[in-house]
Amino acid sequence: MSHVTQPKPYWSPYVAGVALGLTLLATYYFMGSGLGASGACSRIAASIAHAVAPATIEHNSYFAKYFHADQPVLKDWLVFEVLGVLVGGIIGALTANRFRPQVERGSHSSRNMRLVMALAGGIIVGFASRLAQGCTSGQALSGGATLALGSWAFMFSVFGGAYAAAYFVRKEWN
Amino acid sequence: MIGPLFMHNAFGFEASLVVAFFIGIGFGFSLERAGFGSSRRLTDIFYGRDFAVMKVMFTAILVAMLGIFYLERFGLLVRQDIWILPTFLWPQILGGLIFGVGFVMGGWCPGTAFVGMVSGKVDAAVFLVGILIGSLGWGFVFDRVKGFYGSGSMGQITIYQWLGIKPELVAFLVVLLALGMFAGGNLIQRIVKNGGLKLRQPKMELAGELQ
Repeated sequence: MSHVTQPKPYWSPYVAGVALGLTLLATYYFMGSGLGASGACSRIAASIAHAVAPATIEHNSYFAKYFHADQPVLKDWLVFEVLGVLVGGIIGALTANRFRPQVERGSHSSRNMRLVMALAGGIIVGFASRLAQGCTSGQALSGGATLALGSWAFMFSVFGGAYAAAYFVRKEWN
Repeated sequence: MIGPLFMHNAFGFEASLVVAFFIGIGFGFSLERAGFGSSRRLTDIFYGRDFAVMKVMFTAILVAMLGIFYLERFGLLVRQDIWILPTFLWPQILGGLIFGVGFVMGGWCPGTAFVGMVSGKVDAAVFLVGILIGSLGWGFVFDRVKGFYGSGSMGQITIYQWLGIKPELVAFLVVLLALGMFAGGNLIQRIVKNGGLKLRQPKMELAGELQ
């Protein structure tokens, strides 16, 4: 018999929500601003592109601000927070026996189809988060907790867009 | 010390990066424990199968939102010094809709994708590569969309300012909304699971379904 260690069950969503909410509250108490993720991705993208084509990126009307600042592009609050997310995630996964290399998908989807959709979805999310100036972590969750108007509008729009598109990608998840 | 500590110069920029790292650990760990290192769990909500995403998000919003009010009440936090994200209504609505499409297509959002990647999910890593590409693409069309990007600007406005009512009232309404959504989500979950609206269940079965 193989000694496969069973993954532990997830926390109750309400318990996880309290943990997440307390983390967010601590962020507001310490920094006066909230959590985020997409902003770090934007900087990482710019940083990689800069290594390849420095002049182009430095003169890009959107990314220029990263390079005409006091600090290096990656020496940024969100980038360090995201490093922490990676560490917290690994600790969580390992201690719950949930680390397993896989391409997770529904039974009606092939491995390659899932990966193509992941790439396409990521491109769309990357673009949309720049347009909205945030993502579900920065706008919906963090902005939502401060009752910012645009954040709530974003949140409802995300659910709207996802529910509308869900039917068309149902085979990927079913 | 009265918060927000950083806004009151309790520590400097470099120290704030250390704070960021440890807060990030809490963030990533909470997401992982919520089961958000799984794209199937994240997208189940859009098929009525599992409303965990909504429960986690709204519980977190309630805890942080009420926490801010209470810390202020206890004299531990100056709410006015908290950064309110500026509202740009049209790009945030359109961006949200597009984001939602990408979310259900790709199965991740940026934060959860990081957790998914370190849980071994190759699809999460690919999604992250997509985010980098999409972010760069944005930069290259920025000049053409700059006008729309800044449209619907309403400044750093909150729901209570917009409606002209007390913040505590809005907070109360958000609590009601969350409770309503939790109940509604559970109902939909039950309908989807049972393939119909079977309200009369033997007691034994109900006990097994308790979350």
